[in-house]
Amino acid sequence: MTAFALTPDVSFGAYRVWQRNRDATLRNWKTEFLGIAVEPFAIILALGLALGQFVELDSGEKYVEFLAPGLLALFPMFAATFECAWGSYVRLEMQGTYESIIATPISVDDVITGEILWGTTRALVNGTYILIVASILNPWLHMVDSPWAILAVPVGVLPGLLFSSISICFASIARAMSHFAYFFNLVINPLFWFGGAFFPFDAMPRWVQILGWFMPLKHVVDIYRGLITGNLEWSMLGSLAWLAVVTVFFYVLAVKLMRRRLIH
Amino acid sequence: MTSALIEARGLVKHYGDFVAVDDISFDIREGECFGVLGPNGAGKTTTIRMITATSPVTTGELRVAGLDVKEAPRQVKAVLGVVPQDDNLDPDLLVRQNLEVYARYFGLGRDDVRQRIDEALALFQLDDRATSNVDDLSGGMQRRLTIARALVNNPQVLILDEPTTGLDPQARHLVWQQLRLLKSRGVTMLLTTHYMEEATHLCDRLVIMHRGKILVEGRPYDLVAELVGPQVLELRLPSPERDALLAEFPQGDGFSVEQVEDLTYVFGGGPASAMAAERVGDPHRAHLRPGNMEDVFLLLTGRGLLD
Repeated sequence: MTAFALTPDVSFGAYRVWQRNRDATLRNWKTEFLGIAVEPFAIILALGLALGQFVELDSGEKYVEFLAPGLLALFPMFAATFECAWGSYVRLEMQGTYESIIATPISVDDVITGEILWGTTRALVNGTYILIVASILNPWLHMVDSPWAILAVPVGVLPGLLFSSISICFASIARAMSHFAYFFNLVINPLFWFGGAFFPFDAMPRWVQILGWFMPLKHVVDIYRGLITGNLEWSMLGSLAWLAVVTVFFYVLAVKLMRRRLIH
Repeated sequence: MTSALIEARGLVKHYGDFVAVDDISFDIREGECFGVLGPNGAGKTTTIRMITATSPVTTGELRVAGLDVKEAPRQVKAVLGVVPQDDNLDPDLLVRQNLEVYARYFGLGRDDVRQRIDEALALFQLDDRATSNVDDLSGGMQRRLTIARALVNNPQVLILDEPTTGLDPQARHLVWQQLRLLKSRGVTMLLTTHYMEEATHLCDRLVIMHRGKILVEGRPYDLVAELVGPQVLELRLPSPERDALLAEFPQGDGFSVEQVEDLTYVFGGGPASAMAAERVGDPHRAHLRPGNMEDVFLLLTGRGLLD
């Protein structure tokens, strides 16, 4: 039976869903743009410069320099998460958008794939913008040390897909908007604070480091740190592989959970 | 040979132990308006969900335009136009965008459908609202836009799940008028409803469903003539007076009496019914009227609350 097929049944229809989200977003581009535009400045100012005055790192680098890869990982994660958790739930449950789309030749798998691709797109736009801002501020803040940093853009596809997929999984089992409090407090919040964006993991006790290995965000931050500082290491390939495996797992899970929710 | 556009044979749908659709068979032919009537929970929407490939068939055969719904869901959905029970227009898009984006789901580009969308907006009297927000439209306008949306792919069958539920009488009549126009243009329709007037107005043929089964199939007026008869006498009289009146009816004439709360219905009374109504002389207490689909429906599905 198609509802329980193992491999996702994806067609060009996924792109149609992506286009729908693009068109819907561009209708309100001013509001959308404002949010994206202001965010990195605020965070660099508040955390990097203001808080940074009081932080002294073993490595001798300034806190704002240490923070750069973390910001590059965190804000795209938020972009993908908001789009595919809250946004998808609204489209699924409040607006009946998924229901209307699957009445056309587009499959549930197409819808979910299109949603995840859109969440990834938002993450990429967000990440690219932060990288540009950091580069512009480079003469003063030295946040980007190496031209390898440009690779953070294509690498960003992977965490974009991953966090979008995880969010869709949650949207598919949520029964009310208030259930997202669990998602935010149990998944996103710990990732935010303990993902290795704000403090170096090396200085932490061993058990925290082991725990960190299971945090997807830590692997993203490690890769970005290597690219931004130009200190490339083999372990970055390991992190990439880790992310790829976990992404495939959550993508397939997202498709299956949504089929169960929509086809019955 | 006029083959059926939708063919169901021994269609069954289970949800766990609950049997939502229980072995139904029907054919919908090209160009006809086919009605599915039934109280809430009869299995109407489940049947539609199976046809639109959004609910797997438990057992039985279901073909749309010759294609098996289980094997070719995408191709089946490509030839259908679906108007769901609850409007699910896209509030993130403007009125015209709703139609353009929907056409794109069928692989149709903006240029392919420009003319069709212009026509649909004019037909459904929405041409001056093309750049409105969907949320700013009235309920009737949203319904009409949903029907217009279902036509963007030029479907072989238009499926309407309770298309006028929740509309005021004016909006309902406007929708009926537009559906009749579509019918006159040869659009095949499958319509579910629990408004008997709607079924009589629009359907060439209909089935009445109850508890997952089809109870009866036929043309609306044939069913009324066959099951109810041409006339129904409604009596609102105290029992002694009513019994005295009924005693006057010629015995063995095949009339039947049904008592519902304080109302008595007399079916098939013939000239005796007319005489009785005249004798009482007050239409509030004895009213002779033509039989209708509502009588058929209540006769078959019972008068108790079903929810």
